[in-house]
Amino acid sequence: MRYTKKNRRFTYNSQANPIQDIRMKIVVLGAGISGHTAAALLKKKLGRQHEVIVVSPSEYYQWIPSNIWVGVGRMSVEQVRFKLPRVYDRWGIVFKQAKAVSIHPEGDEEIKSGFVSVEYTSEGNKGKKEKVAYDFLVNATGPKLNFEATPGLGPGKNSLSVCSCDHASHTWDELKKAIGLMKQGKKQRFLIGTGHPKATCQGAAFEYALNLAFEFKQRKLSHLADITWISNEYEVGDFGMGGAFIKRGGYITSTKVFTESVLAENNISWIKRAGVIKVEPGLAHYETLDGSSNSVEFDFAMLIPAFAGQGMKGYGKNGEDITSRLFAASGFMLVDADYTPKPFEEWSVSDWPERYQNPSYPNIYATGIAFAPPHSISKPMKSPEGTEIFPSPPRTGMPSGVIGKIVAENISEIIKHGGTNHRHLANMGRMGAACIVSAGYSMTRGLGATMTVSPIVPDWEKYPDWGRDINATVGEIGLAGHWIKIFLHYMFLHKAKGYPFWWLLPE
Amino acid sequence: MSEKRITKANRDEFYPPIPTSGTKFWRSNFLYQMFKFFRLNLKIMRIVVKGHS
Repeated sequence: MRYTKKNRRFTYNSQANPIQDIRMKIVVLGAGISGHTAAALLKKKLGRQHEVIVVSPSEYYQWIPSNIWVGVGRMSVEQVRFKLPRVYDRWGIVFKQAKAVSIHPEGDEEIKSGFVSVEYTSEGNKGKKEKVAYDFLVNATGPKLNFEATPGLGPGKNSLSVCSCDHASHTWDELKKAIGLMKQGKKQRFLIGTGHPKATCQGAAFEYALNLAFEFKQRKLSHLADITWISNEYEVGDFGMGGAFIKRGGYITSTKVFTESVLAENNISWIKRAGVIKVEPGLAHYETLDGSSNSVEFDFAMLIPAFAGQGMKGYGKNGEDITSRLFAASGFMLVDADYTPKPFEEWSVSDWPERYQNPSYPNIYATGIAFAPPHSISKPMKSPEGTEIFPSPPRTGMPSGVIGKIVAENISEIIKHGGTNHRHLANMGRMGAACIVSAGYSMTRGLGATMTVSPIVPDWEKYPDWGRDINATVGEIGLAGHWIKIFLHYMFLHKAKGYPFWWLLPE
Repeated sequence: MSEKRITKANRDEFYPPIPTSGTKFWRSNFLYQMFKFFRLNLKIMRIVVKGHS
């Protein structure tokens, strides 16, 4: 890759020319787990010589995994978030509180390099538009919480959410009201799970269901709580990754057994293979894989919406629409994955990206939830009516951080040493992940389910028996899980705030 | 007074394994859980380090 100062645009050349003598501009869209990780590492590796700009519509960084505890009143909103400008000022990162509207990878008549059109969201600048030029672009916008995909779903309508700290705080307010009614002896029905036939993030909803059960137990109100888990999984314990196998009690058993055991122990009943299609006040309608249409009544519903891309557009040099070269139909960004449609039996880990680089514009990368996966991990399922009911692949937490890290490392190496080589790779078919599912907040009586899988996407060629490394796949429940979750909360906030030795902490 | 929930044999929640009192004890035993805390953290660290190049 060669950078020519004259037109500030990349051209391909077989020669590997370092471009470290030119001041480069790297724009990161989004300041979540992936974007913040990428921006922090880019600045650390590139120093003052190059400019790192972060564009995010919110001035806060939030540690999303702890929103569960906000939703049950165990943490305040301020404990799970902090303001970004102070941290970025210290690091020398330019922060623009704005929303990215469109990407112009070829520039226009005014700006020769690629640029992003942004619209400010900060007080005082609200609505102001700007073109932010870049030499490298990292799209880490995260998902759009697509509540609109399910009529009646979401805060302000007929259900609640814990997907952001504001949502979680509102959910806690509603939970307090439900607890108040239970204290008066009124039985309450809780419906927790996925709010769309193709929603993902089952883990977060599962955590919330377990935390609810724990909170009622602590208040001696369990007998007045009727908790139901509703999910688009074929079997509970699928978690969007096709389930997993773990060693437990002298057997190798599936996460279905583990998850059903945890639900049954907490007196939570479950509805599986269910796609919620509409939510009315106190009533959720769903379709199941066998084609039946049902409904379930509730007093309190926390349902995770479908995720979609942020809806950014792409424009060429002359203003032509090139959105399809940048984004998949879902709105997520196209990267170096194999998007050829294939039957489930032919899926392979090599379908999954490892550089997260856009094939049409190699100086554009997409990290975290923003990249378009080649397909789901769970087997696609359809009801007789044609409704697809199965989880979308999860890309949150650890994979998001790892992808942000390797993209930052590759970009900084290209800038420092030139070439087109991407030395750092992170294929989800080779990368492991740990998921700590809180099952109750207490340092002495709390519980957490620790689940690790390696790799995230099953590799049936390498591991023909179980799809994954059985020695690295764990499912354990205990007080230690809660301690780990608390430890990770403080560790990752320490890291995100850039406190001493933050760079030593893993993703 | 708490109302005991009756689980019916033909329902899904009847079939999964339920932890014994011994399992519940070890789940919250401080020393055993301290050991688990370090062991699980080690497992997670191994996954993180192995997961990307």
